[in-house]
Amino acid sequence: MQTIAVVGASLAGLTATRSLRDQGFEGRIVVVGDETHAPYDRPPLSKEFLAGAVSEEDLKLATPEDDELSAEWRLGNPATALDTGDRAVVLDDGERIVADGVVLATGARAKNLPWNLPKGVHTLRTLDDARALRDELVVGTRLVVIGAGFIGSEIASTAVGLGVEVDVVEAAPVPLLKALGTEMGEVCAGLHATKGVRLHTGATLAELVGREQVTAVRLSDGRELPADVVVVGIGAEPCVEWLHGSGVDLDDGVVTDAQGLTNVPGVVAVGDCANSHRNFLGAPRRMEHWTNALQQPAVAVSALLGGSYVPPAHHEVPYFWSDQYGHKIQFAGRRTESSTAEVVEGSVDSLDFLVLYRDQEGNPEGVLGIDRARSFGRWRRQLAGRLPAGR
Amino acid sequence: MILVGAAADIPVGESVRVQGSVAIAVFNADGTFYAIDDTCTHQDASLSDGWLEDCAVECPLHAACFDLRTGKPSGPPARKPVRTHEVVVDDGQVFVNETVEVGAEVAGVLGEGVR
Repeated sequence: MQTIAVVGASLAGLTATRSLRDQGFEGRIVVVGDETHAPYDRPPLSKEFLAGAVSEEDLKLATPEDDELSAEWRLGNPATALDTGDRAVVLDDGERIVADGVVLATGARAKNLPWNLPKGVHTLRTLDDARALRDELVVGTRLVVIGAGFIGSEIASTAVGLGVEVDVVEAAPVPLLKALGTEMGEVCAGLHATKGVRLHTGATLAELVGREQVTAVRLSDGRELPADVVVVGIGAEPCVEWLHGSGVDLDDGVVTDAQGLTNVPGVVAVGDCANSHRNFLGAPRRMEHWTNALQQPAVAVSALLGGSYVPPAHHEVPYFWSDQYGHKIQFAGRRTESSTAEVVEGSVDSLDFLVLYRDQEGNPEGVLGIDRARSFGRWRRQLAGRLPAGR
Repeated sequence: MILVGAAADIPVGESVRVQGSVAIAVFNADGTFYAIDDTCTHQDASLSDGWLEDCAVECPLHAACFDLRTGKPSGPPARKPVRTHEVVVDDGQVFVNETVEVGAEVAGVLGEGVR
């Protein structure tokens, strides 16, 4: 291979580039990014960065050593097409990057409401989003967050710490229902209450009030929540429209095998845009987890280069974390509709505990910790024992 | 010197946290004791809660790994090293001699340009 194009310049794209060099690729690497910013870390955008505790400089992912990657960066140049005939990535300025290998790492974007939106309505995914939201979250502002998922809950947590009045609207009966189940969702609902954030569950949005500037959020039951700022936190969708018609299999993202290989030879996909087979789940799953974007590229790059890299087993156990109201929430493994949750350490009432999710046979398949980092780490590794032999 | 405790009370693979000018994590890696700053250089997390494997500890939150002997991060997401501290075992008691020159230590490690 002479040239490899990495499409996407966030955590997965940067990590893929590092992995290419770590695994001995000495050819040309071109990294394409739709944002003008050099790679930066997104998790702090809803937390420390929004709170003003860390700077843009602190968010940078690249180190001085990354200069040695000798990659060519095309930042602010979205890819518009993949021509699988000669494996060329086409950019919006017309440049064609003909490559022997392509790493798809275009990530996901925040979903938004399908309406004309007045001023004061935000989503949060990018550095520019975070700058704009931060400017509006001043003391005494009234914020309504639509969606009590991870992003929505973290923003609510950060905002209340800034002296903002916060309401959170959630359609489901408890937050994080799908990820954590009813019981633990109720615990997360309780976290909001600890700092005086008003959580409205089972509540759906009817409309945004205000023509030029948003002034309130009206719910389906007729209630109206006054708002100076609204954040829409209703999930993300993969950035793969540019691949339509390319011949790359798409289904809620780019379809890949467990290694990240797509149906097109020489093309792999990693990170938030990849709907990859997961050995731990025995099924495909698109994951928007930071750890996945960090760990998946080494495997996919090895497959692209014909290498033999095998990751540590626990890398295959899905893992995410969230910081809310001063608590560190960690989850690994999986929870299904048939899982049962059991508190094995600490107590729920003190918001300091470890919960095991067991499958129908009673075997652990997931672990949730709140402020229990040490024992959580052990369980996360033990869960790797569920992986099929010879994965 | 900071008294950590009896060596016998820190089994292989375990760690304890002591307070110097900052929190310091002390590890027993296969019988050898190492001490590093407890707070991960990536984001606020306690490395003494991390996973110890050979001579490296993995941060319990975001999986940054640090070499206990040098304090250098062995991979992302951490970019900066943690300080290392001398450990002395005397008559079954473990002591830490906290490294004083913070700036010099960090600059020296960074200067080697290790990835």
